[in-house]
Amino acid sequence: MGSYSVPIYYLLTHILENEIVKPREITSNTIELGSKYSPDFVCTPFKYTLGTMIESVEDGANILLQMGGGCRYGYYHELQEKILKDLGYSCTVLNLVSGGKRISYQELKKYPIKIKKRHFLKSLIITKKMVFYMDKMDDYIRMNRCYESEVGSFDKVRKEMLIAFSKVKGLRDLKKTYRKYKKKMTSLPLQIPEKRIRVGLIGELYTLMEPAANEEIEKLLNSYGFEVKRYTNVTYLLFQKKRKVRKYLKNFFVKYRMGADALDNIYHTKELCEEGYDGIIHIKSSFCTPEIGAMPLIEKVAEEHDVPVLFLSMDMHTSKVGFLTRMEAFCDMLEMRKE
Amino acid sequence: MKDCYLGIDIGSISTKGAIIDEYYQVLDSCYLETKGNPINAVKEVLSELKIPDGYHLHGIGTTGSARKLIGLLLGANVIKNEITAHAVATMTYHPEVKTILEIGGQDSKVIQIQNHMIRDYAMNTLCAAGTGAFLSSQAKRLGMDVKDFGALALTSQNPTNIAARCTVFAESDLVHKAQIGYPKEDIVAGLCKSVVLNYLNNVCKGKKLEAPIIFQGGVSKNEGVLKYFKEVLKEDVLVDPNGHLMGAIGVAILSSKNPRKEEYTLNLSDVAFKTQGKECHDCSNRCELLYIYRNQELLDIWGSKCGK
Repeated sequence: MGSYSVPIYYLLTHILENEIVKPREITSNTIELGSKYSPDFVCTPFKYTLGTMIESVEDGANILLQMGGGCRYGYYHELQEKILKDLGYSCTVLNLVSGGKRISYQELKKYPIKIKKRHFLKSLIITKKMVFYMDKMDDYIRMNRCYESEVGSFDKVRKEMLIAFSKVKGLRDLKKTYRKYKKKMTSLPLQIPEKRIRVGLIGELYTLMEPAANEEIEKLLNSYGFEVKRYTNVTYLLFQKKRKVRKYLKNFFVKYRMGADALDNIYHTKELCEEGYDGIIHIKSSFCTPEIGAMPLIEKVAEEHDVPVLFLSMDMHTSKVGFLTRMEAFCDMLEMRKE
Repeated sequence: MKDCYLGIDIGSISTKGAIIDEYYQVLDSCYLETKGNPINAVKEVLSELKIPDGYHLHGIGTTGSARKLIGLLLGANVIKNEITAHAVATMTYHPEVKTILEIGGQDSKVIQIQNHMIRDYAMNTLCAAGTGAFLSSQAKRLGMDVKDFGALALTSQNPTNIAARCTVFAESDLVHKAQIGYPKEDIVAGLCKSVVLNYLNNVCKGKKLEAPIIFQGGVSKNEGVLKYFKEVLKEDVLVDPNGHLMGAIGVAILSSKNPRKEEYTLNLSDVAFKTQGKECHDCSNRCELLYIYRNQELLDIWGSKCGK
């Protein structure tokens, strides 16, 4: 998912003795493969991950790892394994986190996975920190890339940083690398205009975090000159969500979790409105049930604060025109409102 | 010599052209079917439009789903999406309007205006149910011209219920109702009503539609749909005689506001435009590339994901 393959690959190569197959980047081929063998009305993450799985199995993988499931995503690994077996591939799909619970060590031992006991904890901590640094850097990029003087300068530094991250030796090395690239990033020249337009990005996590699934919406918004804020990232989902959700439930009119990130998104809408953001974009994959439940409430909260919301539903489109029309119109509107 | 500006709106079903002067008065206009070939449709529009004597064309704007292609071919100085174009034109002619309902060939949208600004808008999401395309395909099924729909719908006393959620459901409903002997006008009226209900449910989704309301787009020419909008909303709904041209007029207005002005002519009949689709095999993205030529000269290549 996005650039998270870097820390995940780092973790797996350091804690496992098994050979690790690096998944290919998501291309049209992946999507085509995935949707060909998926039920038509399943949500897009299923199709994207299935496509990647088929490609990885062809590259020689026989154990596939799947994460997640605050919604029906939690059952996807079983169906995907079945589909892969029907296609004649012999492999196992493992879900590491299901319904908020991590897979147990006893469960893991059933599979031919060899864990290196030495450095296990150390690698885990490094990976956690790496994800944390990446997310911090991405937050900065989303807020500032729109003002870059030289187009592409931010992306270049980010790419260099990820390559450097994949080669770090220890925690201290990681910290040093992060500081170096942070300095590089913050010293890039910026041209900040008087009127800054800020947009909040909320929605279903996979579509939000995988640029191939959202038509690189962050880059697009940045290229229009808009600052972007996004709450959802791996640091949030794995390490902060639990605590925050408890807080949200305490002092909010929504009293239920509503599945997956529905509650979070409604609360974030309120936060974005109160912080004076100019617009909110909500993206989800088509048929995403928790988000469909959250949409009327998001609309209600935003309307109280008079902040416009654009709802986008992503599916397999070969043509970007419809998406671009909606985006352009929304951005025109934000600019007009600001004047 | 006075200045005039041309706006072209290339929609999925129809292509609209309008020439306006500096005071935004429409000098000439034209409405044609796109027939799946935007380049030809635009050529026809250009040959039908005439610049009145004493005027010079100083700007071209394009909008609609083929705006980029035509904008490139004509060297337009403004290329804008249709939502902005519609809002700009409506705010110019009807400054009091607060809500714009627009149903076009393939999309439908609602635009809310406050203090001469777009406050919010919504557009249909995935499918084209309840739009012009739906009406014209049903007209074909009933063996009628879609232009006669409105007049026939008005003669109906009790419209029958037709599900408009999805074209396939509606079709089976319609066939069923016709087979058990409902008169044609009741079915047509039911269709018009279902378009209204579908629009209010799927596009407006509980938005407060404040009066004055204006209804635009190709479907606004249908009196039946208009009648049911008034009935359901319990408000008066305006229709501008140029309602179907609003996109073209809006983009012409935007073009007149653009400081970059050039001299244009309408004579394009002897210029050959050609587009060619190719698949790039350099990586597994296999982008569909579109090569655009003007008189054998390569203008641009579209569709690459890597910017190669």
